Amino acid sequence: MNNFYNKIKSDKRSAWVAFALLGIMLAAAPYLAAATGGPSWVRIIDFALLYIMLALGLNIVVGFAGLLDLGYIAFYAVGAYLYALLASPHFNIHLPFWALLPIGAAVAGLFGVLLGAPTLRLRGDYLAIVTLGFGEIIRIFLNNLNAPVNITNGPQGVNGIDPISLGSMSLAKANSLAGIAVPSLHQYYYLFLALTLLIIFTTLRLQDSRIGRAWVAIREDEVAAKSMGINTRNVKLLAFAMGASFGGVAGGLFAGFQGFVSPESFGLMESVMVLCMVVLGGMGHIPGVILGGILLATLPELLRYIIVPIQQYFFGKVIVDPESVRMLIFGLALIVVMLYRPAGLWPSPTRKRELVEEA
Amino acid sequence: MSSLLEARGITKCFGGLEALSDVSLTINQGEIYGLIGPNGAGKTTFFNVLTGLYKLNGKQDRGEVLFDGKAISKSEPHQVAKLGIARTFQNIRLFGNMSVLQNVMVGRHVRTHAGVIGAVLRGSRTRTEEKAIHEKSFQLLDYIELSNQSERFAKHLAYGDQRRLEIARALATEPKLLALDEPAAGMNATETVALKKLMEKIRADGITILLIEHDVKLVMGLCDRVAVLDYGKKIAEGFPQAVQKNPAVIEAYLGGAIA
Repeated sequence: MNNFYNKIKSDKRSAWVAFALLGIMLAAAPYLAAATGGPSWVRIIDFALLYIMLALGLNIVVGFAGLLDLGYIAFYAVGAYLYALLASPHFNIHLPFWALLPIGAAVAGLFGVLLGAPTLRLRGDYLAIVTLGFGEIIRIFLNNLNAPVNITNGPQGVNGIDPISLGSMSLAKANSLAGIAVPSLHQYYYLFLALTLLIIFTTLRLQDSRIGRAWVAIREDEVAAKSMGINTRNVKLLAFAMGASFGGVAGGLFAGFQGFVSPESFGLMESVMVLCMVVLGGMGHIPGVILGGILLATLPELLRYIIVPIQQYFFGKVIVDPESVRMLIFGLALIVVMLYRPAGLWPSPTRKRELVEEA
Repeated sequence: MSSLLEARGITKCFGGLEALSDVSLTINQGEIYGLIGPNGAGKTTFFNVLTGLYKLNGKQDRGEVLFDGKAISKSEPHQVAKLGIARTFQNIRLFGNMSVLQNVMVGRHVRTHAGVIGAVLRGSRTRTEEKAIHEKSFQLLDYIELSNQSERFAKHLAYGDQRRLEIARALATEPKLLALDEPAAGMNATETVALKKLMEKIRADGITILLIEHDVKLVMGLCDRVAVLDYGKKIAEGFPQAVQKNPAVIEAYLGGAIA
């Protein structure tokens, strides 16, 4: 693996070849998935991309700045409901997608600051508890804001959300591009992929910058960071806002993709799931976080397809409900990974060095 | 000689305990000023008041600190750093999981400007700034003779190297006053000699130094003036040789004469 890296680093041509291959793979992915597993797998990949965006956003807060956030899904909810309310028959407002995306990012970022401001003096466990509460507050608000004035439509959720459309091209129906028919799910895939790449690019740039170093410095020692002239208040709020805005973007895409949002989608388990992606993949290491997102988003679905046939093969009937087996295996896998790869599946090279040198 | 820092009548209380009572002292431009005293005398408290980690906002707190003519006793630590006081810590506080070079680069934060948009777009201004940060940080590592270890984790350095790295990180903020909290603690004799040379070099570069130290030999050989704290009070101030003979100081360190 290391050899491979060095080769890419030293040789421009093999770098281009590697990039081209990766590009072709990413472009062909939905067709491959559809051919092997049917359209439901394209849907799963679409969701995996949303989760990668979420994991990358949370990674800024947890991985870089070291602020444990257990209510991250609230920003996803804010983005999703904002889209739902501004592009649906519910209020009869229909804003275009290009306007909704930045609004979602900005408003979610604002909520990030709202959460960050009162928690500036908290760290670790205490911060985790407050953020957990914040996540629940948002969900409960969404659940109950149907009276006295109906804003969120309560537990029923918002229906009939406008599908995402780019200009006059609606992603809800198949379009053909240069003679090739591109189904709706595939179009969503390409849109999500583009935004995921944009988010990856943004995080990579941020990591290797004055701001990124300030985040890590705060994670390592807040008092020292302060004394070295870092305005820890602003820099922490910035981390919350950046992380939240990624969540808001993912939320907006989710609403447009699903056409329906309800408070149920934004429970504590979702926050925990995204946190697992970050921790399992390798906190603070962007490729690791992406890997974590892909694995945790697709693995449970994969198990869903395997468990029923296996039981039928061995026992002739389904003995245990697939849902519970799925979570059981999933939990076991998490424990095993944490025992044998405590720094995550793909930790940053420096973090690995740290474990080796300490051993 | 003009004064760089002036502390006037500083009183800092924690509950009923007066950690500092009515401490006044003046540090002049370009000198090495020593602050000594037995354990618990209030030296580090004084440092924390100076650098904004403690604020004089309690009911019984009094006094003010003037740095370069500005009152700083109500300022936040990052504002104090921006004005030009940089410090090290008694119990080393490096960014352990960052590389040696990155530790120093963080010190450049306060003198640089790139924000989120600059970082993401990475225009020519940001690139020039990043390059300058890199170069300056490497220079500082050269200055403390640590550039051969720039890629190691700060926490894996030898103890004496960690102390020097803290100094380099503080110097990266371009301070007018460098406040060192027991930099020689835990160092062996050779390391202490190297540290002394380093401090003389820093002073020669025009940076004023405030030094808390237990190593009396080091303080006496290095400092231009010395103040002695005992139970939160300043009991002596002056040239090292005079302070050394001051009966109050001897009593504070060795206890009173047996009656």
